[in-house]
Amino acid sequence: MTNRTEPLLTVEDLSVSIPVPAGILSAVRSVSFTLDRGETLGIVGESGCGKSMMSMAIMGLLPRHVTVRAETLRFEGMDLLGLPERRLADLRGDRMAMIFQEPMTALNPLLTIGEQLMETFRRHRAAGRREAREKALHLLDRVGIASAERRLGQYPHQLSGGLRQRVMIAMALMCDPDLIIADEPTTALDVTIQAQILALLAELQRESGAAMIFVSHDLGVISRVADKVSVMYAGSEVEGGSTAQVFGTPAHPYTQGLFRCLPNSGLVARGAPLGSIPGVVPSLIGDVSGCMFRPRCPLARDACLEAVPAAAVADGHRARCVALADAAAAAPLVQEASAP
Amino acid sequence: MTTAYTIQDVAGPSPRSLMWRRITGHVGLMIGLGGLAVVVAVALLAPWLAPHDPYAQDLSRRLVPPVWAEAGSWAHILGTDALGRDYLSRLLYGARVSLLIGFFAALGSGLIGTTLGLLAGYFGGRVDAVVSFLVSARLALPVVLVALAVVSLFGGSLTVVIVVLSLLLWDRFAVVVRSATKQVRANDYIKAARAVGCSTGRILVREVLPNLGSTLAVVGSLEVAHAILLESALSFLGLGVQPPTPSWGLMVAEGKGMIFFDARLVAIPGAAIALLVLCINLIGDGFQDVVAPQGAS
Amino acid sequence: MAAFVTKRLALALLVAIFVSSISFSLMFLTGDPAIAIAGEGATEADIEVIRRTFGFDRSFAVQYWDWISGAASGDFGQSFYFNQPVVELLAERMPVTATLAVFSIGFALLLALPLGILAAVKRNSLADRLSLALATVGQATPSFWLALMLIVLFAVNLRWLPVSGADTLAHFILPSIVLGYYASPSMMRLTRGGMIEALRSDYIRTARAKGMLPRTIILKHALRNAVLPVVSVAAVEFGFILGGSVVVESVFSLRGIGYLAWESIGRNDFPTIQAIILVYAMIYVCLTFLADVLNAWIDPRIRVA
Repeated sequence: MTNRTEPLLTVEDLSVSIPVPAGILSAVRSVSFTLDRGETLGIVGESGCGKSMMSMAIMGLLPRHVTVRAETLRFEGMDLLGLPERRLADLRGDRMAMIFQEPMTALNPLLTIGEQLMETFRRHRAAGRREAREKALHLLDRVGIASAERRLGQYPHQLSGGLRQRVMIAMALMCDPDLIIADEPTTALDVTIQAQILALLAELQRESGAAMIFVSHDLGVISRVADKVSVMYAGSEVEGGSTAQVFGTPAHPYTQGLFRCLPNSGLVARGAPLGSIPGVVPSLIGDVSGCMFRPRCPLARDACLEAVPAAAVADGHRARCVALADAAAAAPLVQEASAP
Repeated sequence: MTTAYTIQDVAGPSPRSLMWRRITGHVGLMIGLGGLAVVVAVALLAPWLAPHDPYAQDLSRRLVPPVWAEAGSWAHILGTDALGRDYLSRLLYGARVSLLIGFFAALGSGLIGTTLGLLAGYFGGRVDAVVSFLVSARLALPVVLVALAVVSLFGGSLTVVIVVLSLLLWDRFAVVVRSATKQVRANDYIKAARAVGCSTGRILVREVLPNLGSTLAVVGSLEVAHAILLESALSFLGLGVQPPTPSWGLMVAEGKGMIFFDARLVAIPGAAIALLVLCINLIGDGFQDVVAPQGAS
Repeated sequence: MAAFVTKRLALALLVAIFVSSISFSLMFLTGDPAIAIAGEGATEADIEVIRRTFGFDRSFAVQYWDWISGAASGDFGQSFYFNQPVVELLAERMPVTATLAVFSIGFALLLALPLGILAAVKRNSLADRLSLALATVGQATPSFWLALMLIVLFAVNLRWLPVSGADTLAHFILPSIVLGYYASPSMMRLTRGGMIEALRSDYIRTARAKGMLPRTIILKHALRNAVLPVVSVAAVEFGFILGGSVVVESVFSLRGIGYLAWESIGRNDFPTIQAIILVYAMIYVCLTFLADVLNAWIDPRIRVA
């Protein structure tokens, strides 16, 4: 169907801005990436960094008053921004599906699990109830829900959080989508359940060959599922590359700061106190220019006030930091990070 | 998702000036306050504003048409009624009845409802169960019917109507105050007050009640409007305020017989009731928007 | 579910008993009902006869027991004025009031639900503002006045509809509009508020992410959640409509229960008044009970609890 050489999803210079009483809020600024079938992109960043906003923008789920702009936003050869809402709705749930963070509230409390699963299928396929039911049963079984038959007739409040998240996953898979966007799918769950769900997602993705965007604030989770990683801060990507590159040799001061907050990152010596990044995320309202991390950055300098282009650290590994432009500055950066 | 962004770290104006700006910027609230101010002024100044004695009958000048009609004159701007009384004067004095009954009935029911709501919300458990039961029982009683029956037994007068309405309209106060008290009670400062051994009565009056101010104001204004409407209905049915007192509901009833010849006699006092109640409701709704802006946006 | 129903039923019964005692004691509010019945200018001997005839000389408890046990078996005593069993009177008048109430609540829902949904979906639009204005004005308009104005407009000037009486269904149109319009604002506001809240919730976002069409999202996913409180309020409003029927029936000369109540109150016909208050209260109690059960049926979370 689509051009073999073209990636499944191409995002180029994606920006999201929201009008708020105090001005224009630039929630996402100029984010670019591509994604192929079978690939998983991990998007990591703290809450409010624009990662969820970005996935909503790709799905076309943002409310009308929010402005989404992009040089390119192509999915399966289609320009998503140019599609009318009705065509976009045809794609959602069918070719691209989303798994949400809150399994408690993301399911309709007044409809049975079965109804909520089946309606997706029936919306996108010319299928009767029986066929939809078969598919729902199959998927519940596939996501590891025992006695699927009985579960179909149950309501969300009768299920545990882990089960509900499994239902969410089954729901996303009802039409065998090509792209799955998982927005913090394991955040609300216990650690053990979290591990199971992650394993399940990875397995299902491998089976179906779908592409996945995995959004999380949790570096550990990202490292386990993602092929490539994009680190976001205050609405823009500060660093991107393969998981090995970003986790192995973090280049941007923010990424390094994040790893220093982790116990087992290798950047913190055993017994040394865990780090934290001083300061708060800046306001994104009004004129935002230059590196947004500069108020908190140990390497901040005058040049940070100007727009910072992405600099290549290695092949496919890029970061937006003026310090990197200076090759000499890049080397001591990593050492300095592990020094304290 | 979006909420993470709406927090603005820009320094804003002081809470007081912000509140003032919200009040003056709320169109409905300003219209309501303006309208109510006019009616209150009319009620207070009725003796000076009224061109005639509202009780003076003049059978030679019955059913004089209003000034805009062909046969009308400026002597009786709104004309006269079937007994030759000046309609404008009666209308102006009628504002007094509506406002008096509305205010005092809401005050009375407010006292009853707030007390019950405070007790239920603060103590919970059995007290709460009893109050909830009383509220269900009260809601089951048909207000108009019971009010009619009681007023007819005691004879219609301002006092009787006020007392009866007070006894019948307290339910909303009780419900709202109860839930508000429950919320307040869960706050840390109330726990602290109890921990340092403040007496229950003291906590209720000093700590809980002041926090219910805005809630009470909203419910209060709605109940004033409710009471005014009920009084007009009782008077309309001949069992509220008795003639010749000028009550708007009674004026509608008196004009009813003439409705096919002279709809003005019904239209004018009824419109007065509707406008007054509308203004008070606008104040209640507006105030709710102002104190709880998240519901308004 | 069974435990839930039993609990609600017990409460309803308790309320009914309590309300019945209130409606019975109304008669004794002024002290001696015999004096009230005898009216002004009656001699002490007349009053004594009345007191004996109606058994007011017995203790309050005995009289109440007499009345309530009768009422439980459907005997509300004899009307003082009509000289006819109160039950017969009620049975004669009930169809008129029942028709009126059903028409009214139907009209109210027909007005409130679509406008409430429209206002919520197109927030801050002209439609939203207009329906809000309609609701605000509706809450402020005295029903008897609206009734009279509609009579002037439709029955006298336009001659479209009959002025008074209950001969045909057309006679019920104006009274139902008056009562229904008065009952609609609270339902409209609740529908709007509930829809706005529902449309904001995560499961609506999920439904949109599944590609559900707007119609399905609004009517299947959001309305179901928004309609829960409306069901309860519709039951309450139905009770208010019955209560308000006193006013409207008297304006339109609809000889229903409300009209009967008005007549009886003017004539100190206590057995009739007591019976009507009790019946209205019972209807209200039953309706709220039904609303609770209906809510439990719509909302599986209550069902289990």
